[in-house]
Amino acid sequence: MINKVVANADEAIADITDGKTLMLGGFGLCGIPENCISALVKKGVKDLTCISNNAGVDDFGIGLMLKQRQVKKMISSYVGENAEFERQLLSGELEVELIPQGTLATRCLAAGYGMPAIFTPAGVGTEVAEGKETRNFDGKDYLMEYAFDADFAIVKAWKGDTAGNLIFRSTSRNFNPVMAMAGKTTIAEVEELVEIGELDPDHVHTPGVYVHRIFQGKDYEKRIEQRTVRTKEQG
Amino acid sequence: MLDKNGIAKRIAKEIKDGYYVNLGIGIPTLVANYIPEGVNVVLQSENGLLGMGPFPFEGEEDPDLINAGKQTITTLPGSSIFDSAMSFGMIRAQKIDLTILGAMEVSENGDIANWKIPGKMVKGMGGAMDLVASAKNIIVAMQHVNKAGESKLLSSCTLPLTGVKCIKKIVTELGVFDVLPEGGFKLLERAPGVSVDEIRKATAGKLYADDDVPEMAVS
Repeated sequence: MINKVVANADEAIADITDGKTLMLGGFGLCGIPENCISALVKKGVKDLTCISNNAGVDDFGIGLMLKQRQVKKMISSYVGENAEFERQLLSGELEVELIPQGTLATRCLAAGYGMPAIFTPAGVGTEVAEGKETRNFDGKDYLMEYAFDADFAIVKAWKGDTAGNLIFRSTSRNFNPVMAMAGKTTIAEVEELVEIGELDPDHVHTPGVYVHRIFQGKDYEKRIEQRTVRTKEQG
Repeated sequence: MLDKNGIAKRIAKEIKDGYYVNLGIGIPTLVANYIPEGVNVVLQSENGLLGMGPFPFEGEEDPDLINAGKQTITTLPGSSIFDSAMSFGMIRAQKIDLTILGAMEVSENGDIANWKIPGKMVKGMGGAMDLVASAKNIIVAMQHVNKAGESKLLSSCTLPLTGVKCIKKIVTELGVFDVLPEGGFKLLERAPGVSVDEIRKATAGKLYADDDVPEMAVS
């Protein structure tokens, strides 16, 4: 079997160069590939196009790459938590394509399923529809949206094996499995890397065929954006 | 007049036993606090969870378990987790019975705007465009007028649209409204202590109101 295991994030992203298109998994700061983002910041690659549901916060996640002006274009659905992002966008320094969240997810899915495009009603009659082909099925209008074409997909999983099989944990799954399927080269960082045979095949979310590089991540901060709790008295 | 919790309480009455419900951020989130006893609903969080539970106890927060508002939450017995594509798959396929979301503007033909103020605020549409384009049953929860005192119930939206001809019901601090298929807002209930005249003044779009619009029962 081809060896997919690399030593660390630096090695995993070694061939990511200026101008590439990257997909980055996660929702908010939940399930983001922290190690690879740090490595990209350290490497200083620039003019990147990043496809990610959100853009991190000012001092964490993709926000760190934005701060260093490494991102030329963001393709996201919601960026409300990042003031620096909003500043760069409104001043025209950053190119941004905002697209509906379901469209974002399904364009990943299409890429991973080998389908060139999908039809969705999301955005019909809005500025999202501008310049797009519309088709009517059974009396309802749908937009044709193309499958993403990304050089690299970078995802974070809970467990993975040396064959690249991945298991995600709780809602940190979010965009990770669909992006894992969609990259020309897919890099997975995992909290726990195990030998083949240790994962129950019935529990694998992403089959290793989609994953090209995998490594054991370290020092996960897993920052919480909105810490909301109740007290025992509230029950 | 209702406060935010009053709006949420009134909307909670629209929820039927067995519903799968998606709650947006803001007032819609509060609806979860007022679901009547004996009514079992499953809350969807579009980041990939069915069966959203309450906030965790202090010290039990799990950074891997959040809702679409990025708040720490819990699961419940019977919950399920899935990826973002499946989450919007079930929305697009109309498996979710009711969607409750906020808005900046709603027009009398059911258009909604809630994602962008050109040149000022660009947060993005998140899942809102997917939800309004596919949901069969949408209730808008919002303040009747904006911070500048301008009506948010308009003849046509001035802000970039989120969806067209998709809103059928609105609950504000002043009342409950249907959006009529032929266009216009039909006043169904007045909030306690609010007159039809006051509502008419606060509504820029076409308003239809009978002489004896009932006052809503909020308990």
